[in-house]
Amino acid sequence: MESQHTLVLLVEDHPGVLNRVVSLMRRRSFNIDSITVGHSEQPNVSRMTIQLRGEAEDIEQAGKQLYKLLEVIKVIDLQPSEAMIRELVLVKVAAKGAIRAEVVQTASIYGARVLDATPNSVMIEMAGTEEEIESFLTMMRVYGIREMVRSGKVALPRTLSKKTDSQTRHMNPLAAD
Amino acid sequence: MVATDPTTQRTEANQHTQPEVLTGAQIVCRAIEAEGVSTVFGYPGGAVIPLYDAIPEANLHHVLTRFEQWSGMAAIGYARATGKVGCCIATSGPGATNLVTALADAMLDSVPIVAITGQVIEPLIGRDGFQEVDITGITLPVTKHNYIVHDVNEIASTIKEAFYLARSGRPGPVLVDIPKNIFQAKTEYIPAKLTPRKSYQPTTIPNMRQVRLAADAIAQAKRPLIMAGHGVILSNAEDEFTEFVEKTGIPTIFTLLGLGAMDELHPLAIGMMGMHGHRRANRALDECDLLINFGARFDDRATGKLSGFAPNAKVIHVDIDPAEIGKNVQTAVPVVGDVKEVLKLLTPEVQAGDHTSWRNWIEGQHNRVLRAALEDRPDWPEPYAIIKEIADVTNHDAIVTTDVGQHQMWAAQHLGVKHGKRWITSGGLGTMGFGLPSAIGAKMGRPDLEVWTIVGDGGFQMSGTELATSVQEGLDINIAIINNGYLGMVRQWQDLFHARNYSEVAISGPDFVKLAEAYGATGIRVTTDAEIRPAIEKARSIKGPVLIDFVVEPEANVYPMVAPGAANSQMIEGNGE
Repeated sequence: MESQHTLVLLVEDHPGVLNRVVSLMRRRSFNIDSITVGHSEQPNVSRMTIQLRGEAEDIEQAGKQLYKLLEVIKVIDLQPSEAMIRELVLVKVAAKGAIRAEVVQTASIYGARVLDATPNSVMIEMAGTEEEIESFLTMMRVYGIREMVRSGKVALPRTLSKKTDSQTRHMNPLAAD
Repeated sequence: MVATDPTTQRTEANQHTQPEVLTGAQIVCRAIEAEGVSTVFGYPGGAVIPLYDAIPEANLHHVLTRFEQWSGMAAIGYARATGKVGCCIATSGPGATNLVTALADAMLDSVPIVAITGQVIEPLIGRDGFQEVDITGITLPVTKHNYIVHDVNEIASTIKEAFYLARSGRPGPVLVDIPKNIFQAKTEYIPAKLTPRKSYQPTTIPNMRQVRLAADAIAQAKRPLIMAGHGVILSNAEDEFTEFVEKTGIPTIFTLLGLGAMDELHPLAIGMMGMHGHRRANRALDECDLLINFGARFDDRATGKLSGFAPNAKVIHVDIDPAEIGKNVQTAVPVVGDVKEVLKLLTPEVQAGDHTSWRNWIEGQHNRVLRAALEDRPDWPEPYAIIKEIADVTNHDAIVTTDVGQHQMWAAQHLGVKHGKRWITSGGLGTMGFGLPSAIGAKMGRPDLEVWTIVGDGGFQMSGTELATSVQEGLDINIAIINNGYLGMVRQWQDLFHARNYSEVAISGPDFVKLAEAYGATGIRVTTDAEIRPAIEKARSIKGPVLIDFVVEPEANVYPMVAPGAANSQMIEGNGE
């Protein structure tokens, strides 16, 4: 059965690593829904969060293939129940005159923050789960979204890494032995 | 004289405490020498002129091929014949792109080669400089790893790691791209030591629990079958593998690249599996209740339709690459590790089994008659007869490389490969033109062995220019062209599956005998079956490259054949029955 998976990759922080990861996923026909890259807590180690959809065997194969890239140190298939998976969205909403207050009030229901305002619009930042963001955007569409950017997902397991080692599924089949 | 000898210079230099100051190009040569490589295959050009400046003074024998792609294939032939890493050199731009096919070939067949390419000077990179291509970008999917070196101080360590990556774990091609100004830059040369990376730790020693599970499954099987892949040969485990087969008494089949994992003339060796496999091998796959795969990746040409592959069998899969497990075929017992290491632990765990009735059943599934003689030309040299004669005259001891197509399959079926490192063919990529350049590489690596290449008239016309290389190097290579005037394998598919629509497969060629002579080689033509053996014997007695043009029946097909998309059990057995 196809389902959404969140792969977390720890990779060496070298030029071209993102290219290698993305090229591999394309070449083997894995569909990436979102990918984010940034620094991790370790020096010279970047952390990638990849959201992709597929059958369990496909995801397994993706993980194993990713492990073959020289710069990939670790691949974790993060279970949603054991992790916080979040996303950031910036929206510019049409908001003139009286509407402006209504927009700001609606945004506050979602814990969103007004970043900037012009005579015709406000820019709002919101972070949350995919469901929260979708719900927020549904409301904002009522006023008219003029421009929007989503960061892609970032995720961390809930527990300390030592414990998550036993809970989350490391994709290297050898790690289980 | 002594002072100009590089070895002497080096010894003297080592006695000084001060490291030598060398150019990047000289360091490249030193780093290659340090890997135990003495032969490189290449072609000079603008960006590598500084490297070629350093080559004459290095302890490297450089073989100048006539096309960069064939440098790559020669490096592959060298690697496969010797078990060492092959090395090739090309310039930037077109030189580098011409290597791509060779890298892909090495990638698909897990062959350890290192390619050194020149790059335009750093200030020109990204500005579409003359002969600039992004070769690391282009070769990303066809290399195990690749590098671009931006610091002369990193050349030695990069080349060290490149060779290590190429030969360790699952072997494969590695490319090192070096800008011209880095070749020219100077630094103190300090031989590199390998720095382990936490992200690259191939598993060679298997998990003992998995080994025991495999042994249990073997003990319980009634009709077990072993399949041998290239992994057996890549891990130099031919002896351990033969011992395992003999101890268990289990019949053994081979993939195209697994031929030679043990002596194919051994009574437990059943033959090749797959699309043009031996009938017995494919029938055994259908009936077996346990399939033990050593180092094969379940390629589609070997398995046929997956749903019909070994339908009654539980699968044990031994592979050094965890990603191969479960990729194509569901595996009951995965064993991740180097075949040799696995066998060291597995062989003591298994018992001799009595598989007499199972073996007798397989024996009964023998191949039918190959082909009846044609009524109008009963004396045509039969392609398979040519192969058998070559095997017989050379006592199966020669290295045989092939090109790709019908002759390749005839060779695979009829050579009776005794030793894996004497059977060199392009399996995964199926690269036409592979035959002659891989034979050059093999001969450079194993000058002590007789080398033959069996090619078609189509493939030979792709790489026939390497006759010049063979003559220049004075190589004793015997070339057998199975000349049917067609791109025979495509013609066979058109014959069987496209209503004999022979579209663009009739191929003319030069007078191959004259061509050989024009290059300074020897040419022999054979047009009747009686001439086959004398021609082979004559070729062996002549120094330098000898080409035999075997003019064969134009429309002979390779049988048996499993139609594309069909199960291995559904073999087309041809018109010879």
